[in-house]
Amino acid sequence: MAVSMPETVRQRSRERRKSLLPLLKRTQETEGYLSRETVRRISRELRVSENEIYGVASFYPQFRFAPPGRHHIQVCLGNACHVGGAPNFMEAMKIERNLVHGQTTPDHELSLEGVGCLGCCAMSPVVVVDNEVHGRMNRVTFMRLVESLDDPEKPS
Amino acid sequence: MSAASPTTRILVCESTACASSKAAEIRAGLEAAVGRLNLADRVEVGFTGCHGFCQKGPIVVVEPEGIFYCQVKPGDAEDIAASLRPGGEPVKRLFYRHPVTKEAVPRYEDIVFYKNQHRLILRNCGVVNPERIEDAEERGGYGGLKKAVTSMTPEQVVNEVKRSGLRGRGGAGFPTWIKWDLCRRQPGDEKYVICNANESSPGAFMDRSLLEADPHSVIEGLALLGYAVGASRGFIYCRAEYSLAAKRAQAALDQAYGKGHLGARVMGTGFAFDVEIFQGGGTFVSGEETALLSSLEGARSMPRSRPPFPATSGLWGKPTIVDNIKTLASVPPIVSRGGAWFASVGTEKSPGTVVVSLTGKVANSGVAEVPMGTALSKLIYEVGGGIPNKKGLKAVQIGGPSGGFLPGGKIETPLDFDSLAEAGGIMGSSGIMVMDEETCMVDAARTFLTFVQGESCGKCVACRVGTRHMVGLLDKIATGQGTEEDLGKLERLGEIVRNSSLCGLGQTAPIPALTALRYFRSEFIAHVIDKRCPATVCRELVTFRIIPDRCTGCQMCVKVCPTKAISGPRSQPHNLDQSKCIKCRSCYEVCKFDAVAGEAIIIVS
Repeated sequence: MAVSMPETVRQRSRERRKSLLPLLKRTQETEGYLSRETVRRISRELRVSENEIYGVASFYPQFRFAPPGRHHIQVCLGNACHVGGAPNFMEAMKIERNLVHGQTTPDHELSLEGVGCLGCCAMSPVVVVDNEVHGRMNRVTFMRLVESLDDPEKPS
Repeated sequence: MSAASPTTRILVCESTACASSKAAEIRAGLEAAVGRLNLADRVEVGFTGCHGFCQKGPIVVVEPEGIFYCQVKPGDAEDIAASLRPGGEPVKRLFYRHPVTKEAVPRYEDIVFYKNQHRLILRNCGVVNPERIEDAEERGGYGGLKKAVTSMTPEQVVNEVKRSGLRGRGGAGFPTWIKWDLCRRQPGDEKYVICNANESSPGAFMDRSLLEADPHSVIEGLALLGYAVGASRGFIYCRAEYSLAAKRAQAALDQAYGKGHLGARVMGTGFAFDVEIFQGGGTFVSGEETALLSSLEGARSMPRSRPPFPATSGLWGKPTIVDNIKTLASVPPIVSRGGAWFASVGTEKSPGTVVVSLTGKVANSGVAEVPMGTALSKLIYEVGGGIPNKKGLKAVQIGGPSGGFLPGGKIETPLDFDSLAEAGGIMGSSGIMVMDEETCMVDAARTFLTFVQGESCGKCVACRVGTRHMVGLLDKIATGQGTEEDLGKLERLGEIVRNSSLCGLGQTAPIPALTALRYFRSEFIAHVIDKRCPATVCRELVTFRIIPDRCTGCQMCVKVCPTKAISGPRSQPHNLDQSKCIKCRSCYEVCKFDAVAGEAIIIVS
């Protein structure tokens, strides 16, 4: 016969597990990404195996496992933005900066991410750079925005 | 006018969209200007949440006159403040202009976008300061909760909701009271209630708008639900990307606790109710109620099979109600004003109102609320102000990425659960995207299906593999490699995915492709037989050309072309080398907006 767990133990364990996603989110907000060390730390803290954490975290597109660049560019690929030409921005980054979704440039300056709808459809197409929303972009204004991020001090 | 309290209020909209266009800077400018002009004793500068008319943002409203200024820039602050000096005139250049007649409309209530609305769920949006509970209370906030906990039994609350005929605003339209009653009857005192604000449907932003602008109505609705079913713990499941909404909701929760509207003794009664905000991982499938529960439990957000329904076995196996944020925001007025009042709005079978987000090719896009049963045409041509640039209406998509396309001929369809189902569509997220003649239906179907395919959680084979093959077929058609046989394959595959998926995501995923095939078959035929894209969208089937007569040789396109396909000296018509052109549209866009010539570059099929 199975021995049943005392109710309080069960409650504690499920509350710990419930805090997994918020904890991952907060950690990523402060550290920029989820490093192996971070995952190990959270694993010990919540008593959830590292494998399990990777299993959960990799399911959700918002979690990153590599550090983002100094400037993080998010291109909204929701319907309204797609129709407005947002895929062209991704293409422009590929052609002109050799940067694709989920990657960071070797000099750690820029990272690019194609994201789902940001809920700013009335201003589509929308691009978010370092958490600042820029609306009504086109390929030309987008690339001007990207150029404005270039560090003037840095020799190109 | 008394000098003691401000009589005029300047309200700046500070929701995500307006905030991105420097709303905070505008407010600071207004405050400074009001101070400089010595108006501070009678003019107050404040902020509100979303007015829904994000396209015209940033929005500034002057109350009590109801003057509506749109697309305000920080530099306009001085003039707005100056207009409030004795004898000052409103700033005409910032008035909203009717998209067709170009007539300036100074007042909020006269603008077509608002005139035809019936704001019930959005009653406080753009009116109250979302960070001040007193503003909400002044407009009846928490009155319903007070009435319920002090003078009604939980059963009476459920009965009031039953009388209202309220149906779930999440999309399926299930009668709300049946769920509530089932959960209320479950034994035990460990029950949970959840507000579903995981709005991940592209093109829909009303949940964000509502939570940012009026979090108190949502909290009150959730507390009423908790009281009705006997739950003492509630969650607001907010989408991960909506940081401002989560922040505002948290501030509102703190205030509600401070006032004793939440906590161990709600309104001084024996009812205990706690609410916390939970931010998910930002997946579309998390909006499905059982997937949402998995996510709350700290797991991959994958749907479970039903039954058992969450009302009997939900979060941690306990009775749980998951209701959409708009359903919950409808509840407080139902309790305070009575179910019969609510039922008098809308249609007999779908009472109340529907909040839509109107996007795409309409003059006025934004979040609007109309009575259920309003004809689509009224929404598009009156609230939406029609199709801009003298283009014709081609299709309307309702219900987010997995909603069906309705052709122009069906726009008299009333917007309610049953009429939409009849026309082959779904209410879904009630995101409405208007498409004009320049939209290619093959491309549109491919876009939406690609989104849903990417969001498939992978549990059901039909959804995981089926949608991928459907995208593959649409890719083939859009690139001119499709055959007529592929159309039949697409239809068969769509039916299989629809019939053999566990949750709503898979069951509705094929709808865009199926309705596109049903209503716009000729366009698919043009792609597979003539290898043409009539709307000049599908890249492989079009070419870019320069019209020499219109080209002034301004060299804008030469500069932006990433592959150096365009050449030509200044002041001479340029030349476009087709073999180098990658059809990226850069030249087209720069010619349309920046070039001296304007529209000298065209796309032909």
